[in-house]
Amino acid sequence: MSDKKPRLLKINILRFDPHDPDDFPHMETFEIQEAYGMTLYIVLNAIREHHDNSLMFDFVCRAGICGSCSMLVNGRPTLACRTLTSKLDENITLAPLPLFKLIKDLSIYSGEWMRYLNEHLETWIHDKESELNVDKIEERMDPDLADEIYELDRCIECGCCVAGCGTIQMRPKFTGAVGLNKIARYHLDPRDKRSDEEYYELIGNEDGVFGCMTLLGCEDVCPKDLPLQSKIAYLRRMMIKTGLK
Amino acid sequence: MKKNKIDKTPAKLDFTQSLTGLILAIFIMGHLIFEASILISNELMYKVTIMFEGYYFFGETYPGIVSFLAGFIFVIFIIHAAIALRKFPDNYRQHKVMKEHIIRMKHEDTSLWIVQLTTGFIMFFIGSVHLYMMMAEPSDIGPYASSYRVVSEHMWPLYFLLLFSVVTHAFIGLYRLALKWGFMEGKSTKTSRKRFKFLMKFLIVVYLLLGIFTLAKYIYIGNTHDFSDGVKYKSETIIMENH
Repeated sequence: MSDKKPRLLKINILRFDPHDPDDFPHMETFEIQEAYGMTLYIVLNAIREHHDNSLMFDFVCRAGICGSCSMLVNGRPTLACRTLTSKLDENITLAPLPLFKLIKDLSIYSGEWMRYLNEHLETWIHDKESELNVDKIEERMDPDLADEIYELDRCIECGCCVAGCGTIQMRPKFTGAVGLNKIARYHLDPRDKRSDEEYYELIGNEDGVFGCMTLLGCEDVCPKDLPLQSKIAYLRRMMIKTGLK
Repeated sequence: MKKNKIDKTPAKLDFTQSLTGLILAIFIMGHLIFEASILISNELMYKVTIMFEGYYFFGETYPGIVSFLAGFIFVIFIIHAAIALRKFPDNYRQHKVMKEHIIRMKHEDTSLWIVQLTTGFIMFFIGSVHLYMMMAEPSDIGPYASSYRVVSEHMWPLYFLLLFSVVTHAFIGLYRLALKWGFMEGKSTKTSRKRFKFLMKFLIVVYLLLGIFTLAKYIYIGNTHDFSDGVKYKSETIIMENH
C-alpha cells in the first residue's frame, strides 16, 4: 500500500426509471473515497449505503460468476465486481447495458433476452429420447474435446458480448456471440445428434453466423475470455461446408 | 426431427463476398507493384505494360487483353460491391446507433468498420471510373501516356483518393478475412490476431508510400515531359512497327 492520500472518485451514473412517467434519463455524480482493492461493486454499495438508497443495480456473487453486474464502464461493457477502481481514471461513467430491457438505473432484465435466445437456439443436448437406454454405459469422450466443451460452457450470459457487438446494435435480430458460442459448444459435442442441416437452419443466415462482421467487440469485452473469434470462425467454416454441399 | 430444405443462399453470399474480396486484394497488391516499376525506369514500366499486352507471348501487343482483364476485375468488383452492400446501414437509425456505439466503445476493430464503409462507398464511384477508363482506353497505358492522363487530363486527384481508399480497404479487409475464417489461427488467437494486425498496418504504410511515390513520379513526368510528338513512349530496345 502506498502512503499517498486516497483519490476521490467521481462516479457519474446514468439514471432513469422507465416506470416513472415524470422521470427522464439524466446523469448523477457521486463522490466516493477510494480504498485499497476497491471494485465497482464496492463503490456502488457505498453509494447506496451513504448517498442514495434508491440507486438500483444488480449483483449476486460479487466474484464474476453470476453475470448480473454487467454494465457499461466508461462506455465499455464489463462486470462491475471484477473492475478495480485502481485501473480506472478518477472520473468513472457507469451506464446500463444497451439493448436489454431496462428495469431502473443500472439494472437490466437480461434474463428475458437470454431465455428467448436459449429457447430459440434450443441450447440443450438433442438425442433420440425414445431410444435412449439409461442402463447403457456412457460413451467415453476424448479429454481434449471435453476440455474444449467445458471452456465454452463457462459462459455466464452476462450480456457483455451483446452490448459490445456493433452488428447487433444495427440489427437487433442478430444472434450475437453468446448464442453462437452456445451453438459451437453443442456442435462440438458428440452427444448432440442434430444434423449439419439442422444447425444450418438455426444459424445459417444473416441473423446468424453470416451476419457477423468480425468487429470482435465480443472477443475483447468477454469477462470470461471465451475464444469467441475462433469459435465463430469455426461455425462459419462448418456452415459454409453445409451451405456449399 | 425437421426435414425442411435449407436455404443455401446466405452461405453462398458470405463465401462469395470473402472470395471476391480476396481476389481484389491480391490483384491490387500486384497492380500497385507493377505500376511502381516507373520508379525504377521508364523502360521497365514500358516492358511491364507490353507484358500485359501480350508482347512476350505473341511477339505483338494486344491492348485488348488489358481491356479484358479490366473487364474481369470490374465484374468481380461489382459482385463484391453488391454483396457487401448487405453490411451497409439500411437507414438513418442504424447509422446513428452504430456511430454512437463506435464513439462509446473506443474499440479499434469496431472503428475500422467506418473506414471500410467509407472507403467502400467512395470506390463505388471512383473505382468504377478508373475501371471503365482502363477498359475503354487500354492502349493509353505507358510511361508517357499514363503521365499525360494523370496531369493533363486531371486524373491525379482521383488517383490519390483511390490510392488511399483501395489500400486501406484491401488490407483491413484481408485482416478481417483472416479472423473471420480462422486462417493460420495457431494455438493462441490473441497472438495470431496481434500479428495480423501488425501486418495489416505495416502493409498499409508500405503500399501507401509506394503508391504516393509512384503517383508523384507520374506527375513529375507529366509536368516535365514534352508531349508535342504524341504520348507514346519510344523504347530504345524494343522496336514495334505498329506502336
